[in-house]
Amino acid sequence: MQTSTERLNPRAPLHSRGRLQKDRLLFSVIGYVSLTLLALLCVLPFLLVVSSSLTEESTIIVKGYPFLPVDFSLEAYGILFKYPTQMLKAYIVTIGVTAAGTLLGLFLTSMTAYALSRKDFKWRNHFSFFFFFTTLFSGGLVPWYLLIVNYLHMKDTPLALVIPMVLNVFYIIVMKSFMSSIPEAIVESAKIDGAGDFLIYARLILPLSKPALATIGLFLALAYWNDWYNALLFVSNENLMPLQYYLYKMLGNMDGMRKAMMSAGAVVTTTIPSESLKMAMTVVATGPILLAYPFVQRYFVQGLTIGAVKG
Amino acid sequence: MRLHQFLYDVKRYRTILLMLAPAVAFFLLFAYVPMAGIVIAFKHYDYAGGIFGSAWNGLANFRFFFESGDAWTVTRNTALYNIAFIAVNNFLQIFAAILLFEIGGKWFRKLTQSILFLPYFISWVVVGAIAYNLLNYDIGTVNALLRGLGLEPVDIYNTPSYWPFILVAVSAWKTLGYGTVMYLAAIAGIDTEMYEAAEIDGANIFQRIMKITLPNLYPTLIILVLLAVGNIFRGDFGMFYNMVGNNGILFSSTDVIDTFVFRSLITSNDIGMSAAAGVFQSVLGFATIMSVNYAVRKYDKDRALF
Repeated sequence: MQTSTERLNPRAPLHSRGRLQKDRLLFSVIGYVSLTLLALLCVLPFLLVVSSSLTEESTIIVKGYPFLPVDFSLEAYGILFKYPTQMLKAYIVTIGVTAAGTLLGLFLTSMTAYALSRKDFKWRNHFSFFFFFTTLFSGGLVPWYLLIVNYLHMKDTPLALVIPMVLNVFYIIVMKSFMSSIPEAIVESAKIDGAGDFLIYARLILPLSKPALATIGLFLALAYWNDWYNALLFVSNENLMPLQYYLYKMLGNMDGMRKAMMSAGAVVTTTIPSESLKMAMTVVATGPILLAYPFVQRYFVQGLTIGAVKG
Repeated sequence: MRLHQFLYDVKRYRTILLMLAPAVAFFLLFAYVPMAGIVIAFKHYDYAGGIFGSAWNGLANFRFFFESGDAWTVTRNTALYNIAFIAVNNFLQIFAAILLFEIGGKWFRKLTQSILFLPYFISWVVVGAIAYNLLNYDIGTVNALLRGLGLEPVDIYNTPSYWPFILVAVSAWKTLGYGTVMYLAAIAGIDTEMYEAAEIDGANIFQRIMKITLPNLYPTLIILVLLAVGNIFRGDFGMFYNMVGNNGILFSSTDVIDTFVFRSLITSNDIGMSAAAGVFQSVLGFATIMSVNYAVRKYDKDRALF
């Protein structure tokens, strides 16, 4: 994406006529102060979590959660990594679900989008409407839930964590509008050479769609990584709990946490630092996203910008 | 003859049709079949009979839903929250986008944009945990500060009247970066010549923003607001559920249709009423989208959603 700033430089030295830059100075003060405040509001909560995870439990109990680590302690992480069984299981579930869901989702989304992007396909508007209508009207939670649980018997299977989110009309539309921008001549010439549609899709269009694939892939991966809703509805088996849902359970349930630690072999005393431990878990569950964030951010920006163009 | 043409087309497009097949099957199964499943809202659900075999009970589920007194509360809450979100979020996003665009210092701008976008990436579970850290009575940061200042702590999780403000703030916090990026892209699309002309005419920066940037953002704003208005009866389940959970004390000011439907289904296992509430929501939502789109179409065809 072309960011605002490369294209145009509104900050070019202003005209040197009389009331030079007074307005700009005032604007800069307002701008820097407001943006700094907003940025602080966005980053402080993260600081709160990290600092709390690194603070001595007794200090939290007395003084509340701190914004900066006071009475530095690694005890919470020590416990977490000493008895990691359940957390590790949740990690593995999440990684597996994210990988499977993202790959399958990308494949299905791009293949569908390719078909809809073919201008010589007579029924493409009919099919587009068939997909689009599902965003306007739905049967609601109950029939959908009953279908998955009572008819498809997906409860407590990995499928329940992967399948319901694998296709999304919005992603199909974004992918389709990207593919529509690929010159028709490429497809035409391949056709003349006798290539079939699937081959054209797999060999020609997919490689050309890398930017869109990267963007949609990351949106899918983020959605799967952060998903707890499908687990809330469909998972009761502890071995199938994804990370966010495990975190959700543990945050609301210290007894459960003690049990999990105990089953992992911890000698349970009342001294498990539950508050800082909760925060350490939060850090460990969110960490990979925060680490990947600087590298993938621009793809999300790209995706939002493609999506903002009405397709 | 028609059939012949149809069969010919099927043969001609067979690969494309095959490529569409998985997605068609997916939406048939997970979207259209549940639409047919709406019938359970008019039935007395029993597990033996299932969706289609249970006995009809007319409008009893709906009557129960509306007479419970919750229908009005959750519908009102859903709509009011969404209206507040639309107003506050768009205002803040446009504000931040304009500042980010105009302000100097590439480094500052990049860093700020990245930080504003950060909350978009974390799950609602984590947001709920952070909120609890900040707000809880015993060791929450807010109350620790209040105590430190010698003031009375506030019992936020037992006081419904604080929650509209908290939830609006949380929604603004989570969506600020996302929306800012959209508006930044829209600003970047504005014709540079307009700015140059304004500069020559001696417009100051505030005039430039009011007379050029803002009017040029209206099309984007209108589309985003229309999309949001169309979804005004859909509550953000993840947010409400993780912020409030099953804390019944707060429901009067925090319960939305989606959380109500979920609880009726999972907690109280009242399938009929839950389905009725869901159908009520779907129909209301569909009517809203269609009327919004119809109105826009009449006013300006190009701005219509479909």
